[in-house]
Amino acid sequence: MEPAGRLDHNHELSLKDFPFIVRWRDDRCSRCGKCTAVCPMRSIEASVVVKRQLRSEGPLPKPVEVRKVETIVKQVTDIDRYCVGCGTCTLVCPNEAIEPELNQHSKFLFHKNKGGYPWRRGGRRNDPQVSTLDRLKFTRISMLTDPALDAGRHEFRIRTYIGRILPAEELPLITDNGRLVVDKGGRFIPPVREIYPVMIGSMSVGALSPSMWEGLAMGVTYLNEVEGMPVVMCSGEGGMPRRLLKSRFIKYFIPQIASGYFGWDEIIHSIPHMVEDPCAIEIKYGQGAKPGDGGLLMAQKVTKLIAEIRGVPMFVDLPSPPTHQTKYSIEESVAKMIQSMYMAWGFRVPVYPKISGTKTARFVLNNLARNPYAAALCIDGEDGGTGAAYNVSLDKMGHPIASNIRDCYLDLVRQGKQNEIPLIAAGGIGKKGNVAANAAALFMLGASAVAIGKYIMQAAAGCFGDEMGRCNICNIGRCPRGITTQEPRLYRRLDPDKVAERVVEVFKAIDVELKKIFAPMGRSTELPIGMSDGLGADDAAIAERLQISYVC
Amino acid sequence: MCRLIAITSDEYFSPMENILALETMKEGHDGSGMGLVLKNLGGEFEELKQYPILSGICSKDGIKVLDDYMERLGFKLIYTWTPKIKLVKGIQKREHYFARVYDYPEEIKDRSKDEKEDLLLRTRVSLRRMGEEDESIIVFSFYPDILTIKEVGDPIELSGFFGLQDSHLKAKIIFAQGRQNTNYQINLYACHPFFIQGYGSMTNGENTAFVPIKEFLMSRGFYGYMGYNSDSEVFTHILHYICKRLGYPLHYYKDVITPLKLSEIEKRPDRDAVWLLKTSLRHLCIDGPNCVIGFTPDGSCFMVQDSKKLRPGVVGGHSGKYCLTSEECGLERAIPKRDKTKDVFPMKYDMVIVSPEAKEVKVWNQQTGEYLLDSN
Repeated sequence: MEPAGRLDHNHELSLKDFPFIVRWRDDRCSRCGKCTAVCPMRSIEASVVVKRQLRSEGPLPKPVEVRKVETIVKQVTDIDRYCVGCGTCTLVCPNEAIEPELNQHSKFLFHKNKGGYPWRRGGRRNDPQVSTLDRLKFTRISMLTDPALDAGRHEFRIRTYIGRILPAEELPLITDNGRLVVDKGGRFIPPVREIYPVMIGSMSVGALSPSMWEGLAMGVTYLNEVEGMPVVMCSGEGGMPRRLLKSRFIKYFIPQIASGYFGWDEIIHSIPHMVEDPCAIEIKYGQGAKPGDGGLLMAQKVTKLIAEIRGVPMFVDLPSPPTHQTKYSIEESVAKMIQSMYMAWGFRVPVYPKISGTKTARFVLNNLARNPYAAALCIDGEDGGTGAAYNVSLDKMGHPIASNIRDCYLDLVRQGKQNEIPLIAAGGIGKKGNVAANAAALFMLGASAVAIGKYIMQAAAGCFGDEMGRCNICNIGRCPRGITTQEPRLYRRLDPDKVAERVVEVFKAIDVELKKIFAPMGRSTELPIGMSDGLGADDAAIAERLQISYVC
Repeated sequence: MCRLIAITSDEYFSPMENILALETMKEGHDGSGMGLVLKNLGGEFEELKQYPILSGICSKDGIKVLDDYMERLGFKLIYTWTPKIKLVKGIQKREHYFARVYDYPEEIKDRSKDEKEDLLLRTRVSLRRMGEEDESIIVFSFYPDILTIKEVGDPIELSGFFGLQDSHLKAKIIFAQGRQNTNYQINLYACHPFFIQGYGSMTNGENTAFVPIKEFLMSRGFYGYMGYNSDSEVFTHILHYICKRLGYPLHYYKDVITPLKLSEIEKRPDRDAVWLLKTSLRHLCIDGPNCVIGFTPDGSCFMVQDSKKLRPGVVGGHSGKYCLTSEECGLERAIPKRDKTKDVFPMKYDMVIVSPEAKEVKVWNQQTGEYLLDSN
């Protein structure tokens, strides 16, 4: 007997199974077609329906049945064309006739594995909970016993260092006629840079569109050159435009080398022509959003520009392995890699590794602390973002940044090395928009600097993504904002000048907010790294774990 | 905010001079404590300069424990000074106040100065730990030619309590603090001036960078960096760390506690070294409003301000006697006969240094790295 399923659609998904349901209003729609044209997932399409109407007209109305064909906008139930809730349709609709609505009854995770392929997406961990960082408050306010500072009037030095800092006992200093002078024949002094403590984290040319990357780079350069704020930006894996490598602005950038080594042929060949050294070099060993997972730049994103920068043929998949193929052990291979990168620039450029947040971060740190060249350790927490990853990696893998940083800092304190190897915290800073507060909390837990990624994409370019599953399709090259796409028709929507303007506005605002936090706490001369007495948590377990006070 | 007065002179004088000056600043201290550190002692101590003096307070039981311990270590008691206590209403008398002069154990006598200092500090720390819980033993200093007195109460009343008006106790350098307890428990170990191995300091203010500094000092692996009942104790230990442990000239203390901006460092003749200090000693940067007055083993006295100069402070006097104080009225009381036009009010880049025996005043400027003013 033929199963009934084929006849009554029993094996098809209903709209109730999808994460977002498109609410379309017939009465408002002018059938202009903008929404269907712009939908990055082709989740909605123009369709026709036959409507049966009963009409009663004339002086002696008698109901008459009329059948009429009407065009509608219909959401499809194809799982590959699911609505991601980005809301681009709402953005372009002239009549407020369409809007995606979050569906609490979604069963998406049960079905999004067609063909045996688990769900892959971009974005961030889909967890709308308030993060630990947002549970922290600044509770030590200077009141009467000492005058609070004035954020608007006093001078604040919001700066930090990147580079391996020698302990004072090892500084090659000698006293000459009442003055300290550096003993030129003394030991090697590692390079140290003074930078702004909020940096833009690693996002590659390739993962980002040319408009977005250029906008960020222009914004960073403007902040340095005009505003006097030494904000730096990491390239992400995939190199940098040759013109930038050879320009004097390279000093504001941190080229990243990762497991695919993409872009490094171009960088190495540019070294003899560089007029300035880069700020630092980041070696990526892990990423908070997808610990233990590699990267993949899809073939369609490998355009002429990307192929040139990365030194690869056009339109081929570019997988970065999960780990460095040369990585044998931290004592040997990692140390060698760090030293090799130092050597490339004549030991003038700090080199530091980036790892994903993990319970073993302390072990890594302890090892790096014994390596005299490791210039910092960047720890990327579970709330970091990515251009592409498996959903399971994004949602379930990784370690929150707050306790990871705290553990590492306290470990350094126990060894007396808290000032020798700066900790850079990343992953979820500004998750709910409180970027300055989250950054300040991390400084007080022990971070020397923080790196932001998603926050700047949202603030500077209006990224639609959120922790409720909205958009998060950075992986498919159809970013509706033009942020993570190499499709010219999409990225031309994004004006690099406007992105740059927003970057500048955002950092200036961060600076003011940091002052507004530090001023009442009486801190202005140096970044309050490890000032844990300034913090309180509204949760006793969090307070105990972070060794700060519990406040209620 | 506490009130501070340090007097340095080429002649011996009584601590009453400091206390009477503190009295003029009475609105600034609330009876939560007074501390006196006397250096280059006169009177009965003049002949005992080479012997270490243990200053402290003990209960009846505590003094027995202390005696046993000192005997076990081989220290020989050669002189004891005890104040003639006169009961004063409101001041709770403890059982034994003392300054005991010891001779070194035989096996230490011929050792180097550093080895002797090491033993003295270790002994002091051990005694402190032995009596800390029940307050049976409280020790403030154990060092040659240094005497410390601390107690809770109003300075002028305490001077009566200790009978200082009639005492022969004299010194050439006396530091005094009238305490206004603000944010920490009233505890004698929180009372300024603090002292460690020849270095002493006192502060009026609040150190908002206390916790990172404390953690940094405690992780230096040096047994003497402990205590911290007051956020100001770290100022003394930073001084000790910079000058004694690292061996830097005194004015680099200013560069460490209130580092210059990078753009300012570039103008210094010793810019390379100053940049290295700024980075390597970042955790010792102080913050908050603070005027620090200190002394070093050679008898130099100094005053520095926080990086914004949020506290008052003035240095004045004449060759042979100078006063470093938090309020001008204190200076007026201590050395009324002086050329007031030569009073120095250090600003945020200044470090005022009075040379040993109060010979001269110099102002070292952090921006230029040079001495700006020389009283001679």
